[in-house]
Amino acid sequence: MEENRVILDAARFRLTIDRLCYQLIETFDDLRNTCLIGIQPRGVPLSDVLKKRLHEILGHSAFDYGKLDITFYRDDYRTRDKPLAASKTVMDFLVDGKNVVLVDDVLYTGRTVQAAMTALNDFGRPARVELLALVDRRFNRHLPIQADFIGLRVDSLDEAYVKVQWDPAGEENKILIFPDKNSAFDS
Amino acid sequence: MTTLKQQLSTPHVLGIKDLTPEDIRLIFQTADEFKEVINRPIKKVPSLRDITIANLFFEDSTRTRISFELAEKRLSADVINFSASSSSVKKGETLLDTVNNILSMKVDMLVMRHPAPGAAHFLAQHIDASIVNAGDGTHEHPTQALLDAYSMQEKLGDLKGRRIAILGDILHSRVALSNIFCLTKLGAKVRVCGPPTLIPRHIAELGVEVSYNVRETMEWCEVANVLRIQLERQNIRYFPSLREYSRYFGLNKALLDELDGPRVIMHPGPINRGVELTSDVADSEHSIILQQVENGVAIRMAVLYLLAVSRS
Repeated sequence: MEENRVILDAARFRLTIDRLCYQLIETFDDLRNTCLIGIQPRGVPLSDVLKKRLHEILGHSAFDYGKLDITFYRDDYRTRDKPLAASKTVMDFLVDGKNVVLVDDVLYTGRTVQAAMTALNDFGRPARVELLALVDRRFNRHLPIQADFIGLRVDSLDEAYVKVQWDPAGEENKILIFPDKNSAFDS
Repeated sequence: MTTLKQQLSTPHVLGIKDLTPEDIRLIFQTADEFKEVINRPIKKVPSLRDITIANLFFEDSTRTRISFELAEKRLSADVINFSASSSSVKKGETLLDTVNNILSMKVDMLVMRHPAPGAAHFLAQHIDASIVNAGDGTHEHPTQALLDAYSMQEKLGDLKGRRIAILGDILHSRVALSNIFCLTKLGAKVRVCGPPTLIPRHIAELGVEVSYNVRETMEWCEVANVLRIQLERQNIRYFPSLREYSRYFGLNKALLDELDGPRVIMHPGPINRGVELTSDVADSEHSIILQQVENGVAIRMAVLYLLAVSRS
């Protein structure tokens, strides 16, 4: 693989978002006892899109919506090559007794999700926690963590990099795969 | 959100003099996130659970010590406390010996207050652990200046071009010096004001204005950071009496009411009520003294966290 390639184009991207929304509704009815929580930073554009689409489908936004930053909960914050920037946590509710859907763009090693579950403990004891990932790189896991709602499964080499490209206008969202991480950030 | 560098430029926080404006902004940005953490029902994150911090206080302190200890505990660090009054320092042990003994018990970071100016810099040359200066004599008190500037920024927005007065005992105040470095690095206009005997002679070299007239300074400024008269450091009489000081250099409600609008009033504590501030000013709605204390914990969490990041 020499160059990047689109693995989910804009049209199919919209279909995938729709499918994920309907799966959420199928599982949690009208979502009234449910919280949708985007993991900062990259899960948040996805959770924003899901929230908007769910509102269009359900005609209400009765579910809680939060953004969770996990920087201070990571186990690797001192061993990384590049320190992480903290983002805003916006959680103006407690998750006690509620269904929580954690939202992230790419599920890779599972470490982000582990940190997110640690962070979630600080907001109460949820009834149940499920994970929604737009991309599941299922052969690259370091921890026994699996997603409950999956947009796209990608089987790739360890060094490949999957990037979700968000169009500010919301029209041309797509998913790309790069041969390695550096080429993903050069482009 | 502007992208900042994610690491401090120094391995220690010994004084504001060594920090760059980017360092200060990074600390503020990190403190924003920690402020959110300490306002949660569960006010704790596990970031420093593998770090041991020793608080070495060779001089009395209430606020700073409790604030550091809380910050450390809210980051899940292991904490040991040491105070000179109940230790072998009394038996004549040197500073370096004391510290090396503590460090050999595998301590990663030190928070130190010491009566000798430069004590933290001296230690930094001899030991491996990261050091946070919690006040060294009349020299610097960096975390206080950071929380002061952070509180001002919270109230006023960007400090560039803002007019800030520091009133009182400038000569003996480490808070004054750190405040001057911090505020000028952030682009604020700083004026110091107090009796001539309590203003160091060449202080204007640091890029501040000097005034001996409190009324005129209060008319000029947007924020007044009022400092305590440090009687314990004054070996000679710098002014005739506290009553006279209070009359000419203290802030009272009558003076503030005559100004064209409200001023933000700050004080690093402990307040000598009725000397530099009257109670009706200290407890007024324009005083942000208690917000300063709250922000102190967030700022110290940010400093400790960022130092731990740069230790790797």
